[in-house]
Amino acid sequence: MHLDELDKRIIAAMQEDFPLIAEPYQQLAKKIGITEEELLLRLNNFRQGGQMRKLGAVLRHREVGYNANALCAWLVPENRIDEISRIMVDNPAVTHCYARVTCPDWPYNLYTMIHARTRDDCHNIAGTLAELAGLNQYIMLYSTHEWKKASMRYFPEYADS
Amino acid sequence: MRMLTDFDKHLLNYIQTNLPLTSRPFAEVAKELGTDETTVLERLAWLKSHGYIRRIGPFFDSARLGYVSTLAALKAPPECIPAIAAAINRYPGITHNYEREGEYNLWFTLLTADQNQQEKILDEIRAMPGVSKLLSLPAIKKYKVSVEFQL
Repeated sequence: MHLDELDKRIIAAMQEDFPLIAEPYQQLAKKIGITEEELLLRLNNFRQGGQMRKLGAVLRHREVGYNANALCAWLVPENRIDEISRIMVDNPAVTHCYARVTCPDWPYNLYTMIHARTRDDCHNIAGTLAELAGLNQYIMLYSTHEWKKASMRYFPEYADS
Repeated sequence: MRMLTDFDKHLLNYIQTNLPLTSRPFAEVAKELGTDETTVLERLAWLKSHGYIRRIGPFFDSARLGYVSTLAALKAPPECIPAIAAAINRYPGITHNYEREGEYNLWFTLLTADQNQQEKILDEIRAMPGVSKLLSLPAIKKYKVSVEFQL
């Protein structure tokens, strides 16, 4: 799907705070200078086309009790990567699972983000996943400090006024 | 966490994926949860102002919007990390930047409009004082992206 100028203006505008009012799309549409119908239609197209992953709320995981997070890097045989990923993504504690390129001194090729209430829970979840997948080479990269966590602002050149 | 009522938890679980694309989305959420629109709006405003909700709205797939992304990791002495992290954070395409345990101690994600821009920024970061090594680990395949938490 090719994004036209209006698509980009809509995407840029929708990264502002979502209005917590009875008719939020009406207000957003007015700001963009289009009708509510047009906005809903375009957003629906983004959803159908996969440009929009979800419409809803993202929580602050620490505030809702998920205090520990670990990036877990796995060394997986290339021919088992799809099969093993299925095991990983079935676990609700795994929020992200990506296959990534390797580097000369960095052989890990599969990455999972694990969110849990405690560090011990993260450790146990990774242990369970390792056992289920038959893997023994992985490292847990626990975060010790969050320096930045922000939503991307797409097409800032189309964000008006 | 202790301040959340059962209703708040239901609302948060529901609103994480199910904001309707209709004129009165919160009225529909209310109907689903057996309450009224005003209650939903008031609770959401409270949950947002008290930090439980980071953002409400659409979440886009960066690759499908034409953006290029990578996960990068660097090695630097701990005492250099605050200055490096601050310098990295000035790039608008940095969305996550975490200090982590291990040999590579700073991990960040970078989104740019194209590959050239990505390489230019990574070269600038590589040249920052204290950075001894930097890995760029772009994704080959995304199996799951779901930042949802059952409460």
